Amino acid sequence: MSLLEEDTGRKQIAQRRRIDFILHILFVVSTAIGVVALMALIIDIVLDGFMRFAPDLFTNYPSRRASQAGMKSAIVGSLYMLLIMAPLSFILGVGAAIFLEEYAKKNRLTRLIQLNISTLAGVPSIVYGILGLTLFVRGLALERSLLSGALTMTLLVLPIIIVAAQEAIRAVPKARRDASFALGATKWQTVSRSVMPSALPGVMTGVILALSRAIGETAPLVMIGGLTYVAFLPESIMDSFTVMPIQIYNWISRPNEAFHELAAAGIIVLLIMLLLMNFAAILLRNKYQKNV
Amino acid sequence: MLRGKGLQSMLMLVMVMTLVLVAACGNGKENNANGTNTGAAGGTNATNEEPAANLSGEIKADGSSTVFPLTEAAAEEFGNENKDVRVSVGTSGTGGGFKQFCAGEIAISNASRTIKDEEAAKCKEAGIEYTELSVAYDGLSVVVHKDNDFIDHLTVEELNKIFSSESTAKTWADIRAGWPAEEIKMFSPGADSGTYDYFNEAILDKKGIRNDSSISFSEDDNTLVQGVAGNKFGIGYFGFAYYEENTDKLKVVPVDGGSGAVEPTLDSIKDGSYAPLSRPLFIYVSNKELERPEVNAFVKYYIENIGDMAKEVGYVPMPDEKYTEEAAKIQG
Repeated sequence: MSLLEEDTGRKQIAQRRRIDFILHILFVVSTAIGVVALMALIIDIVLDGFMRFAPDLFTNYPSRRASQAGMKSAIVGSLYMLLIMAPLSFILGVGAAIFLEEYAKKNRLTRLIQLNISTLAGVPSIVYGILGLTLFVRGLALERSLLSGALTMTLLVLPIIIVAAQEAIRAVPKARRDASFALGATKWQTVSRSVMPSALPGVMTGVILALSRAIGETAPLVMIGGLTYVAFLPESIMDSFTVMPIQIYNWISRPNEAFHELAAAGIIVLLIMLLLMNFAAILLRNKYQKNV
Repeated sequence: MLRGKGLQSMLMLVMVMTLVLVAACGNGKENNANGTNTGAAGGTNATNEEPAANLSGEIKADGSSTVFPLTEAAAEEFGNENKDVRVSVGTSGTGGGFKQFCAGEIAISNASRTIKDEEAAKCKEAGIEYTELSVAYDGLSVVVHKDNDFIDHLTVEELNKIFSSESTAKTWADIRAGWPAEEIKMFSPGADSGTYDYFNEAILDKKGIRNDSSISFSEDDNTLVQGVAGNKFGIGYFGFAYYEENTDKLKVVPVDGGSGAVEPTLDSIKDGSYAPLSRPLFIYVSNKELERPEVNAFVKYYIENIGDMAKEVGYVPMPDEKYTEEAAKIQG
């Protein structure tokens, strides 16, 4: 080996190391930007809203006076909506995923359905608002009720849940199904006792993350008539309602500074709720993963 | 086996929840029906001036987000006295409000402008007759950066020259001789808002606002406040309440509508001397809904008491005799 060749070899290695180093830095920076932005947001919100984060926020109805205003109806509205949405979207979403993965023949039709579902998962939420308005509010004459809102939100999260559940089901090794069939189990027995238990952690994570997205949505609910001032709790699912993001948006758009602080406090409540839901997703996943 | 049971019990739980919901749905409809029945049965109180203690039912209002704080204030106070009347207020915009109003979905439509001809036609088509009530005044305030020292007032023509779609003015020097040749940065509410509609009518002769690189639009008035506060050569306009809360960051510009420059204040807006940018805010009430005692009581309460509450939410009360006039329009 001549001296010249050795030299170019070293240069090449140094060059590759340099690229490696630069990319390393680049990736650290990309991660840091996300984390820093989130931290900045949280610190800013907490500083603004900390003083207003009081029991009044949970026990009072909205008011024109910032000192008396709370978001009781909005918090309860969001929770009710979640209660209606959760079982509906779970049954429909997971049902569709089981059908597509386990029962449906892999032909052109299923591929078309699959493509549609993936596309729907990316449709802007306001479009679902318009759909909900036409279909539920006007078409089925459910009016601007909690039920219309919940059904619209169910449609919104359905594609996300189906895709997540499908991924989870697909990740179950084929051997498990084969073993079950070999023992003489029917399709449903195989799905319910072999496939689903091991897919459930993934499914539940998908469902909860989709629901977390839903409680932060404003646009479709404004469209179908989520209200801004509601000084009563919904007594039935046909009642008018409001949800947290609508209340927060209204407070932010007011001229008075005190309402901006209230909005920040409202955002803290919403963030805590989201964190709790994500925490629940992790707990569920861990619990079921141990069982399998 | 155990795992299978876990899944089955989970499915059961989900099914039971659905059943409960379906049942609740059925109940809900009955409850609703009962609600309206009791409302109608209480019709004997319709002529009472004072809100009767046994009123019940639901009153739906929606529309302009500018009028929202007023209706919210009225709903809040009325609700304290009439616990069984459930007033809800939405903010889908003046246009959105009229759409629902003329479809018979709501009792009260909040509006920051009068009803348009095509909206009135829709209402007529649906057989909905209504009463227009003005509830308070707002003064559209023209503001500039607080350090702006060259503007002492603007005439309507100058405002038109700044904002009009036909304007070619680029710098302040184009507006009035002697002003600096600095580019004008404009901030305006979006074209969907009633505030813009009013400005368009009063200042721009309905020719529309310019739409180029020198102007920014926002549906959020606080964004406009920040825009003007952050631009030394900026100018913007929005409701009086937003100026009032930000007097430390903004300078308000007196407007000359032909009879001398007038600054927007509670008094100049109330007596109408702040022209042409003082505007009335309205509620539209369906006459059919007015037959319901709770709606009737609420609207009367609204007109009789909003004068005291208007200031609190940043608007200007009308003169007392004007409220008496409006109250007389309410039938039943």
